[in-house]
Amino acid sequence: MRRIIRVASWLYALAVYGFIFLPVVVLVLFSLQATSFPIPPFTGPSLRWYDAVLSDVRLTSALVNSLLVASISSATAVTLGFLSAWGFARFVLPGSGLLRGLITLPLTVSYLIIGMGLLVLFNWAGVPKSLLAAGIGHVVINLPLCFAIIYSQMGDHQINIERAARDLGASEWKVLLLITVPVMAPAIFAGFFLSMTFSWDEFVISFLLTRFDTTLPVEIWNLLRSGLNPKTNAVGSLVFAVSIVLVVLFELTLLRRRKT
Amino acid sequence: MNSAGNNSVPRAGSALPWALVTPALGWTLLFFVLPFIAMGFSSLTAHEGGGFTLSNYSQFFTNPSYWQAMVNSLEVTAIVTVVSVLLAYPFAWILAEQVPERWQRLALMLAVLPFWTSYVVRSYSWLLVLAQNGVINRALTGSGLITEPLQLANTRLAAATGFVHFFVMLLTLTIFANLKQLSPSYRKAAADLGAGPVRTFLHVILPLTLPGIMVGAFLTFVLCIGDYITPQILGGNNELLMPQLVMMQIGRRGDFPLASALSIILMAVVTVAYLACARWLKIERA
Repeated sequence: MRRIIRVASWLYALAVYGFIFLPVVVLVLFSLQATSFPIPPFTGPSLRWYDAVLSDVRLTSALVNSLLVASISSATAVTLGFLSAWGFARFVLPGSGLLRGLITLPLTVSYLIIGMGLLVLFNWAGVPKSLLAAGIGHVVINLPLCFAIIYSQMGDHQINIERAARDLGASEWKVLLLITVPVMAPAIFAGFFLSMTFSWDEFVISFLLTRFDTTLPVEIWNLLRSGLNPKTNAVGSLVFAVSIVLVVLFELTLLRRRKT
Repeated sequence: MNSAGNNSVPRAGSALPWALVTPALGWTLLFFVLPFIAMGFSSLTAHEGGGFTLSNYSQFFTNPSYWQAMVNSLEVTAIVTVVSVLLAYPFAWILAEQVPERWQRLALMLAVLPFWTSYVVRSYSWLLVLAQNGVINRALTGSGLITEPLQLANTRLAAATGFVHFFVMLLTLTIFANLKQLSPSYRKAAADLGAGPVRTFLHVILPLTLPGIMVGAFLTFVLCIGDYITPQILGGNNELLMPQLVMMQIGRRGDFPLASALSIILMAVVTVAYLACARWLKIERA
């Protein structure tokens, strides 16, 4: 019996791993295709399509835009999230539960609806479509995440260190910058990297709120109109690589937190 | 200006706490709550002329193609949720119970690695696999199993496959966490009372992880029904889902009021599902 379960488990796990990795393997393999169609038979390996991606100004500028929007919106989200988490964790505020609920509320609404709402509002207020508008949307989706992560990590242990600093005469802002921020650094990094990956991947909000200058997922979307194309494979593989780097950094900060 | 007291935590009356929380609250009010109100107003105005009207909502109930999009969305979401849970549960169980402890972290990380590829790219990758001359059709015709390539892309099946791929990874994560939280003493107790592995699973492990499964299934439901990318890339335009219908109003006709009304209807459906799910979980715990 145990033996049968073991063998069946192995087969099942292999099948699911196969299903999970099939599209990714196909994507990366045919990004190395030498001919013009990313379909069998495989004719590579060749780096020709990576060359084509890196010399395509639209794609490289979209990549820079994406990194810019991701880093600035994540920095904003993590700053606002950290300040509010500290405020709610350290001080007794009237209606605290309700206000915390309000900050985390956007987590329950789909990106499409958040983007639609901003589009209607900006359209009505005469705010033009731009990277800034998309960045504002990315802060809306990432702020609740940063707040929740950092708020959940604020414990009594830190309160005592802060209290000690205050008793020794540090001002509130000094306590914040010299004590709380360093102590909370792992949670702050985790919030920042997670926001980076979400903003880096986000499509619908950027699609609705940008026009000429746009982010990489939207530019890739535009590439899809030309059908199957090894260039799309190449840029997709590059995006995958960046995401993996972000995830590994995220894992490492988590691991470091566990050790301390 | 603060009176220097012994109390090391400033009083709630001071301005500092509010200075800390106001930026985040203000951002949420200005860029989340206010847009929602604007959308509500927009949904009640006429596309032509701008006067007050309920026609954006009534259209949804009278125009069969709009109604059909909601039915399609609910059907696809239901199928995807059920299939994803059925695929992910045994997989998470194997990772948690059969894989040696020291390899588990790596096995799990590998299992969810493609989760982190860009959403657009992931759907495109499935197009490569499912296209007319894609990997599957080439393999099948090459081996002589079929002579004509199958129509796999631009179907409901393709959209569902893309969705299931994503949600199997998500659910594996949540169910794995759930299984690891179970104390091993449950299993020991069941074994001491004479239950075999199958009975232990059916009567102990499964019921204990059911609330966690429901939470994962609900998450799947919400993310699936609101997604535009997967159905648009893989499902094509033969059969519209709600998010595609919403985007179409903006893209083709610039009809913000109708798009707003459809978004609000979609959100209402998700809210009803949430309330039903929350109620079920409460009953389960009681």
